[in-house]
Amino acid sequence: MMAVTETSNRSKKIHPHKFLMWMGIGSICMMFAGLTSAYIVKRNQANWEDVQLSPVFLYSTFVIIISSITMYLALRAFKARQMLQYKNLITITVILGLVFAYLQYIGFKGMANHGVLLIGPGSNAAASFLVVIIGLHVLHVLGGVVALLITFFRAFRTKVKSYSPVPIEIVSTYWHFVDILWIYLYIFLYVAR
Amino acid sequence: MSNEIALGAGAGLSTELASEHHEHHEHHQSFITKYIFSTDHKMISKQFLITGIIWAFLGGLMSVLFRLQLGYPDSHFYWLQDVLGKFWVEDGRITPQAYYALVTIHGTVMVFFVLTAGLSGTFANFLIPLQIGARDMASPFMNMLSYWFFLAAGLVMLSSLFVETGPFSGGWVAYAPLSALRDASPGSKSGMDLWLISIILFVVSSLLGGLNYIATILNMRTKGMSMTRLPLTIWALFFTAVIGVLSFPVLFSGFILLIFDRNFGTSFYLSDIFINGVGALPNEGGTAILYQHLFWFLGHPEVYIVLLPAMGMASEIMSVNARKPIFGYMAMIGSLFAICILSFLVWAHHMFVSGLNPFVGSVFVLLTLLIAVPSAIKVFNWLTTLWRGNIRFTPGMLFTIGFVSLFISGGLTGIWLGDSALDIHLHDTYFVIAHFHLVMGVASMFGMFAGIYHWFPKMYGRYMNNTLAYIHFWITLAGAYLIFWPMHYEGLAGMPRRYYDYSSWESFKQFAELNRFISTVVIITFATQLLFIFNFFYSIFKGRKVTTKNPWGANTLEWTTPINPGHGNWEGEIPEVHRWAYDYNKDGREFIPQTEPVGADESQH
Ligand code: HEM
Ligand SMILES: [Cu+2]
Repeated sequence: MMAVTETSNRSKKIHPHKFLMWMGIGSICMMFAGLTSAYIVKRNQANWEDVQLSPVFLYSTFVIIISSITMYLALRAFKARQMLQYKNLITITVILGLVFAYLQYIGFKGMANHGVLLIGPGSNAAASFLVVIIGLHVLHVLGGVVALLITFFRAFRTKVKSYSPVPIEIVSTYWHFVDILWIYLYIFLYVAR
Repeated sequence: MSNEIALGAGAGLSTELASEHHEHHEHHQSFITKYIFSTDHKMISKQFLITGIIWAFLGGLMSVLFRLQLGYPDSHFYWLQDVLGKFWVEDGRITPQAYYALVTIHGTVMVFFVLTAGLSGTFANFLIPLQIGARDMASPFMNMLSYWFFLAAGLVMLSSLFVETGPFSGGWVAYAPLSALRDASPGSKSGMDLWLISIILFVVSSLLGGLNYIATILNMRTKGMSMTRLPLTIWALFFTAVIGVLSFPVLFSGFILLIFDRNFGTSFYLSDIFINGVGALPNEGGTAILYQHLFWFLGHPEVYIVLLPAMGMASEIMSVNARKPIFGYMAMIGSLFAICILSFLVWAHHMFVSGLNPFVGSVFVLLTLLIAVPSAIKVFNWLTTLWRGNIRFTPGMLFTIGFVSLFISGGLTGIWLGDSALDIHLHDTYFVIAHFHLVMGVASMFGMFAGIYHWFPKMYGRYMNNTLAYIHFWITLAGAYLIFWPMHYEGLAGMPRRYYDYSSWESFKQFAELNRFISTVVIITFATQLLFIFNFFYSIFKGRKVTTKNPWGANTLEWTTPINPGHGNWEGEIPEVHRWAYDYNKDGREFIPQTEPVGADESQH
């Protein structure tokens, strides 16, 4: 029964779970739109300091872009049933995701070492906004890592064999989304300083 | 077909469902999977409803308590002190701190828990799959999570009533700095922490629910159910979910900044503050107005999240009981859409006197007044649906008509408030209280009552008692007007909202008796709601049994299911749809269900 329904799935409407993902992406966009609008409102008011972004954030940008490529290749490998390659590529993607998160942390640490007060008494909203926006984004990346791990292990379950690419397609959509979101945020924070 | 896609999607439940529908075997469920961790949308809807009723009771009780203070400021209620304890009542009087806490939690609970979760949660869950012809939601599991997050939000809020410094007391809008500084007031301490946690859990619940409602409506309609054949309930619930999914995340952002200000010493909302007993704070450069923008960007759409489901149900129930097609079906959809768009463009009308640039204000005046247009279209269509109808005054129908009445009364004052010049005088007075209680509070409550009376037979396979329902209706309608109408006069006279005691103000002493009158009506009206609660729970177990599938003679799909539908809703195939939902009194027939093919000599709509 499953196999039958899944072929009919491809020919007809978008899978409801995929659709759910797209709408979830829409609401995450609204959240960041809220934050970046608040940023703009705040920037146009008194008491806004010019805060330099750490150069580390540029490196992390490269890392997350590469992870998007490996994610894309992983999905392709899965569809071609090249499971070994799939395994390797997913592992690399997960590692890159973690490296990204670590680099963001290093970026903030560097800024703090250069005397930027990020949060706490006396901190300026210009710096605190970075913590909130970049921090929330990192949480979304880490959420993606967890989702990747779950689909990864599910694909190798022995009890129930699943050839459906839907779960991994959904995770990969999400992964590309957080990638693009980061590029947007990086450019925004760079330009709208 | 798209329903089967979801069933084949891999979730254990769905395959189980599919086999259930093929083999018709009795399905053995334990108490826990059936009533507690249920993934059946019908059970989840009942969970939302009953939790909502409990919250409505608590929220209503709170309003009775603070109305005691407002109506009888000089009386001492020593017995209350014995019941509630020293924090709430001292020397027989509600304490100021308790008063502010009661007003705050009343507002929060009513807006979010009762009229959002209790209303959309219940009816979106119940009606979407049944009326579009689906076996369940796109993701039944997410649906279950949505309820559990809601329950958790409620429990956290409830627990805040018991902390030593009391629950949050800075108003349901939680403006900074009262919400951002622990030392600002007793309620700003752990009460506010719990308030924030609760509302964040609530946002998660709403998002999980909303995403699911949209995905289900767009993807899982049965064969023949095109978007323009959907009942208006579904259209309304659809736009409600869209508004929620787009606006709640922004509130969430606002709360994140608030959490940083509260806990990590940042200055998003705070600047140049001196607190008695604490001294000057180091925060510089923040702006409390930023919070207001972020809050009202959700806050205004939220009022439509509350209202649209009521509008949708009113349209459906009205058409069924007037035995007439709804007037202007496409105009109804168009106006819902217009409201949905406009609701995002008017938030600053809550901030006219916050120091907003008057030019910006005038733009918001224009956009705000534009909302009157789709609102008026809807009212016109309801009245023309009633016009020369063959009306059956069932309790559901009465509450629907009451809804329209209240919506008109409260909507008209919106036009006053939307004018920024008039609002300078009216802002933060009892006029605003009167406006939004009529148009949002009581009107949506009426929509909810209408929905409950109308769909109770489908939910529980029994009827509610009509006599009690009629008593409930008439007293509640009279009560609503007697409570809120006089508040317009108080507001016009400049009586501010959120004050603890008006008797010490020379200008407002004249209202002492009016306030007492209002409080007395509040007590009577609240007591009448107990009648409803009794009727509801009594009828679940002892109500008259429903004996036919379609007791109201309605066209929509939910009435083609068995009287007590199982998980999966239809035995056998899901019926196909051949027409819209409003063929009443057409070609000499009283009603023609949506499942009936269009005859050769029949005029199509
Ligand atoms: C004709 C359409 C409407 C207009 C022009 C309008 C206008 C306004 C304005 C300008 C205010 C701010 C008053 C002030 O604080 O000074 C207001 C408050 C409010 N309105 Fe409306 N309104 C309309 C319809 C509605 C509807 C349909 C709802 C709910 C379903 C609603 C719910 C509220 C609420 C809850 C508040 C008060 C919030 C608070 O301050 O606590 N309004 N309205
Ligand atoms: Cu508004």
